[in-house]
Amino acid sequence: MASHGIRDKVAIVGMGCTPFGEHWDKSVDDLLIESSSAAVSSAGVRLDDVDAFWLGTMGSGLSGLTLSRPLKIDHKPVTHVENYCATGSEAFRNACYAVASGAYDMVMAIGVEKLKDSGYSGLVVQNVAHDGSAAQLTAPAAFSFLAPAYADKYGVDEAEMKDVLTRIAWKNHRNGALNPRAQFQKEVSKEKISCAPLVAGPLGIFDCSGVSDGSAAAIIVRAEDAYQYTDHPIFVKALSFVSGPSTGTVDPDYDYTSFTEVVRSADEAYAQAGIEHPRDEIAMAEVHDCFTPTELVLMEDLGFAERGMGWKEVLAGTFDLDGELPVNPDGGLKSFGHPIGASGLRMLFEAWLQLRGEAGERQIAAITNGDKTKAMTHNLGGSPGSCVSFVSIVGSEPG
Amino acid sequence: MFGIVGYAAHLPAWRLDRSTITSTLGQGGGRGTRSVAGYDEDSTSLGVEAGRAALRSLGEGFEPNLLAFATTSPGYLDKTNATAVHAALRLDGSVAAFDSVGSARSGIAAAWMAQAVGGLAVLSDVRTGRPGSADEAGGGDGAVALAFGPDPIATPIGSASSTAEFIDRWRVPGESYSRQWEERFGEHAYVPVAAEAITAGLKSAEITMADVDHVVVTGLHARSVAAVTRSIGAEPQQLVDGLAATVGNTGAAHWGLMLAAALDVAEPGQRVLVAHLADGCDVWVLEVTDAITAYRQRSTKAAVRTVAEQAADPGRSVDYASFLTWRGMLDREPPRRPEPDRPASPPSLRGTSWKYGFVGAQDDSGFVHLPPGRVSVGTGSIDEMTPVPMADRRARIATFTVDRLAFSLAPPVVAAIVDFIDPDDPSGAATSGRMQIELTDCDPDTVAIGDLVEMTFRRLYTVDGIHNYFWKARPVQRID
Repeated sequence: MASHGIRDKVAIVGMGCTPFGEHWDKSVDDLLIESSSAAVSSAGVRLDDVDAFWLGTMGSGLSGLTLSRPLKIDHKPVTHVENYCATGSEAFRNACYAVASGAYDMVMAIGVEKLKDSGYSGLVVQNVAHDGSAAQLTAPAAFSFLAPAYADKYGVDEAEMKDVLTRIAWKNHRNGALNPRAQFQKEVSKEKISCAPLVAGPLGIFDCSGVSDGSAAAIIVRAEDAYQYTDHPIFVKALSFVSGPSTGTVDPDYDYTSFTEVVRSADEAYAQAGIEHPRDEIAMAEVHDCFTPTELVLMEDLGFAERGMGWKEVLAGTFDLDGELPVNPDGGLKSFGHPIGASGLRMLFEAWLQLRGEAGERQIAAITNGDKTKAMTHNLGGSPGSCVSFVSIVGSEPG
Repeated sequence: MFGIVGYAAHLPAWRLDRSTITSTLGQGGGRGTRSVAGYDEDSTSLGVEAGRAALRSLGEGFEPNLLAFATTSPGYLDKTNATAVHAALRLDGSVAAFDSVGSARSGIAAAWMAQAVGGLAVLSDVRTGRPGSADEAGGGDGAVALAFGPDPIATPIGSASSTAEFIDRWRVPGESYSRQWEERFGEHAYVPVAAEAITAGLKSAEITMADVDHVVVTGLHARSVAAVTRSIGAEPQQLVDGLAATVGNTGAAHWGLMLAAALDVAEPGQRVLVAHLADGCDVWVLEVTDAITAYRQRSTKAAVRTVAEQAADPGRSVDYASFLTWRGMLDREPPRRPEPDRPASPPSLRGTSWKYGFVGAQDDSGFVHLPPGRVSVGTGSIDEMTPVPMADRRARIATFTVDRLAFSLAPPVVAAIVDFIDPDDPSGAATSGRMQIELTDCDPDTVAIGDLVEMTFRRLYTVDGIHNYFWKARPVQRID
């Protein structure tokens, strides 16, 4: 028994992504119509040409009807997918497998979330009936455990740690300022970031991703058919997904400086894609920067930095847009907010733009000059010690 | 005949300085402090803490034949409150658990019921009144547990009651405060019946007041208590302090709290007289036995704190606005976050030993799973677990966070990852069992990684009228 992957068997031939933000004037239906229309138009096809659909949403609807009803999809399979914050990526992963299996010629992966209609600040999750014994922490609190644990383990003092986290937020906002689809399209000064009111532990408001509405979609076909639709298809090199045993929350040996689920899913993705030196071989990575310490830890878990060195690389600008390995060139969750079902596909949309040389002011030079052809997207859902993790690697060249 | 074999008092950590009532309202208040149940405590959770301490002082040899719970401030009506105490104390299902709730007199009823069969009486109260009232300032929150059995440390040698129907103090069900008739009328009604009962009580014990070493006179009618105390001819050194300066009157529990204070210092052979004025007067005379000396050593070793020790502890100061909020007198703007959803009954029943008893599951390698699971983290083996009670184990803070966004009546929420200290490792370095747990009775600014914490039973929140009882961790109160 083994995991084989579907390297270069399927390709993305069209994508659409709505602006992310507080869409008070748009419903879930409106967002789905916009992203799906943009995706089919980008691929030069009609909605009727799509054989099957994978819809990712965590809380904005149930069942395939959430998509087929507004789009008036004519008696076709629509699968509703949910996998916490990796929901959008899961829709994409399963849609790819359907094409690779030969079951369908053309499918759509689409993600949507409308968070702003809840009336609450932050993320609201519907709980399964429970006995009331689990500590009900907010997401920023659950992720805030990372920062002091990391600082303690690697001897980073409080002020340095604050600088590291601040720089991550600053960098992502700086990238987002160049992105017309981002929720926040402004640079934010380091001083403003570091002086913001605290939300949980050492995390201030600017250490947290925003709350927004949005949708994104992709059209996927067999790799050999891809050039029928576009001159620049994006080939799927790796798809990995890990659901952890959730032992970090019960095991005293877990030290809150790593996501084992991310390490395992990254290893699997690199194996599928044949990548040996991720930092050198990947042109850009969209990673799950739900909170600034998450991005710091991810740099090490994804193999972009040595253990204990991630914070120095952050300060050195390694992951800046013009750095050695740009991370979250589109502005990340930080600038886009995190409409759960949409985020994974929004990340993929940046990879699509960058690898096709369509990222405008954000365009990464290593891609346009032909040095690098691969991009990564990464999502995680849950919280440290108990999470799911998704990694994809896509590339502009087959083989 | 059964007597008291063990006991423990429990006072919450919070104190309200009565002068803050005066300075806020321009009325009420007074001097000194009163004890205050935290936002996450109620009569049930305070009772659990007192019951745990009493059982701890007795060790494994004691099994109560009955649990009797008394309060004027029950968490529930219709549903028995004693069952939550029973579950948290991990008593056997065959042990009956009864409430005697509503009036201050219920405390005596619970004690006498438990005394008759060798049971455990838990007397607990959360007392308040309208803002600015004498009840608000003079009330106190606390609990006491009295365990009864053979070979007692204090033997009942006499008792008497006088019962009288008069409207001095009353509260219609659903109201959050009591009303009272003119104070002098109460004195007129109480003093004669109290004198009658005290005389009868002494007679039944075949002693006189001069033979009594510790006199406990209490009740919610302060003027009558003072008058009766003056009239019985006791010397000042015989009188047990009513704790008015520090704790306040803890209602149904108060005579028990004062009795516990007397037992904390009583010598073998001494006698204690309790007179409780509540809709009449109940009198109980007890004689302390030689067993108290050894018991006191065991109790101290079990880290059970005396009444004096707890009363003298300045604890944590609560501001008047928070006090009013916690007691539901002040309806404040909540954060823009959803309230927690109510705990569901079926999963709560399936996990009773965890939710109430704090019993984890240990696999063959010694790994403790919190909450208990069926599959071993280490080996993957299924259903090869041993239940392991964790409530009396201490833990160390591995890391923590201050959550300023989460819903709480006393923000911010402080949550920690704690690792339980393995009791078999004398060095205290080995840990077994980790969980994420809310901290309570702590100062968010002074919590630190490595701090020792102990478990405490709390009412986390109430939704749809369901109280969510579970455990929290608090800084260790007493390092032994």
